[in-house]
Amino acid sequence: MDLRFAVQLGIIGLTFFMLINASAVLVLAERKIMGFMQQRYGPYLVGPHGMLQPLADIVKLLFKEELRPKAADKWLFNLAPILSVAAAFTAFATVPWGAETTFFGLLDDPVSLGVADLNVGVLVIFAVTSMGVYGIVLAGWASNSKYSLLGGLRASAQMISYELSYATALAAVILLAGSLSVREVVDAQSGYWLGFIPRWYVFLQPVGFIIYVIAGVAETNRAPFDFPEAEQELVAGYNTEYSAVRFALFPQAEYINMATMSAVATDLYLGGWHGPFLEQYGLGWLWFLMKVGLILFTYIWVRWTVPRYRYDQLMNFGWKWLFPAAVINLIVTAALVLYFNA
Amino acid sequence: MPDTLIFYALSGLAILASALVIGQRNPMYSVMLLIASFGALAGLYIQLDAPFVAVAQIVIYAGAIMVLFLFVVMLLNAPQEDAAEWDRTHPLRQGGVGRFGAMLALLLVVQLAWALMRANDVSDAVSSRGDVATVSSVREVGRGLFTDYMFAFEATSILILVAMVGAVVLARQERGQ
Repeated sequence: MDLRFAVQLGIIGLTFFMLINASAVLVLAERKIMGFMQQRYGPYLVGPHGMLQPLADIVKLLFKEELRPKAADKWLFNLAPILSVAAAFTAFATVPWGAETTFFGLLDDPVSLGVADLNVGVLVIFAVTSMGVYGIVLAGWASNSKYSLLGGLRASAQMISYELSYATALAAVILLAGSLSVREVVDAQSGYWLGFIPRWYVFLQPVGFIIYVIAGVAETNRAPFDFPEAEQELVAGYNTEYSAVRFALFPQAEYINMATMSAVATDLYLGGWHGPFLEQYGLGWLWFLMKVGLILFTYIWVRWTVPRYRYDQLMNFGWKWLFPAAVINLIVTAALVLYFNA
Repeated sequence: MPDTLIFYALSGLAILASALVIGQRNPMYSVMLLIASFGALAGLYIQLDAPFVAVAQIVIYAGAIMVLFLFVVMLLNAPQEDAAEWDRTHPLRQGGVGRFGAMLALLLVVQLAWALMRANDVSDAVSSRGDVATVSSVREVGRGLFTDYMFAFEATSILILVAMVGAVVLARQERGQ
């Protein structure tokens, strides 16, 4: 086995490891930030400042008894959490997180930091995230409980509605970059306008970026759009009947999806790993991590600031405001690209 | 050799899943098996060097249309069909309907055989336009759709619009009745 292949495998393993840990770190970050926003400390007992709390949670969930309602559909009940998590991991496959690198001259040919680079990468991300809804819908149906069923129905309706705006916002970026490969979209954003404004698509696509972030919150089922598991109305929504490890897989999928949404937003709108200073030393991926962290913080911040909408408000907003805005954004972008390229 | 193995594995999965779709009593399982069949077809498209078609297959069929199917099945909360009841009363079980169905199936087999025998000519026509990567690129697919096949494309969109209007008319409550 040659060195290059081994390094590529190592990068794939590292990506997987980072995604698994992202969910643990995000759980802790969420509880800590929520605590500070509510003027308390959050988890504080396990480890220094409660840093090991996620570990304790995982150990607890691993040793809990697994329950399955008698009337639940055995196969689909077991399949649902696996589908959710598998889709969440797979969606990251075409998201690159750093420039091509030789590891400071260690390798002859540069390898890319990321799992795979396809020439239809953006579409693959979109396709796989759209598969994630099956996990939630099946969990809701297979539990054979009315709260779960309502949660699953809400999830499918919500995700179909917001996927449209999400895809239309992405299409505008693809038009600007002229490529469906995520790496090529990121590389199209290198350099500066007037010497100091970075050529990030967020400055060309401010409306698209806002639409993407809002639709991303709805796609990951987070507050203020967390209707599939609205606890005041539906107990815990689609995961009411789940326990132990199967239960743990749903929040894990949710946090990995958050990380993927933020990584895609960073790659497509915030210039990915491009930024001053660090890039010339081959440390562009630090920029990537910082930008992703900033978006993730915004996600958590929004969750603990904005109250949940009503369900009809969600549907009205999605279809009557967000989608038309996304379509107009796409048409205007297409016209401008045609005008300036001609 | 691995290509051939993958081809047979994917085709086998597609055929098996499609056959099981019809064999299921529980509509929820049928929907899931249909998704598996679409996934296998997407794999076959990737083997044909057509990644865009493969991803479009997943986005549109597995991602959008089947979610709607699932939604409808869940809303109806269809129970498992009662086998004895089905055998006795269902109109599709009557002799004449069965013979008509068998005739249609035979027709399909003949059409498939005819299409497969013609397959060599068709692949020549496609490969004459350039190499596979160029022909299957998003740019070329888009150009083809909006120039050569413009009429078919627009006709299809009108067909879908008609279906949509029909659904709205059927679903609308008549006032004053």
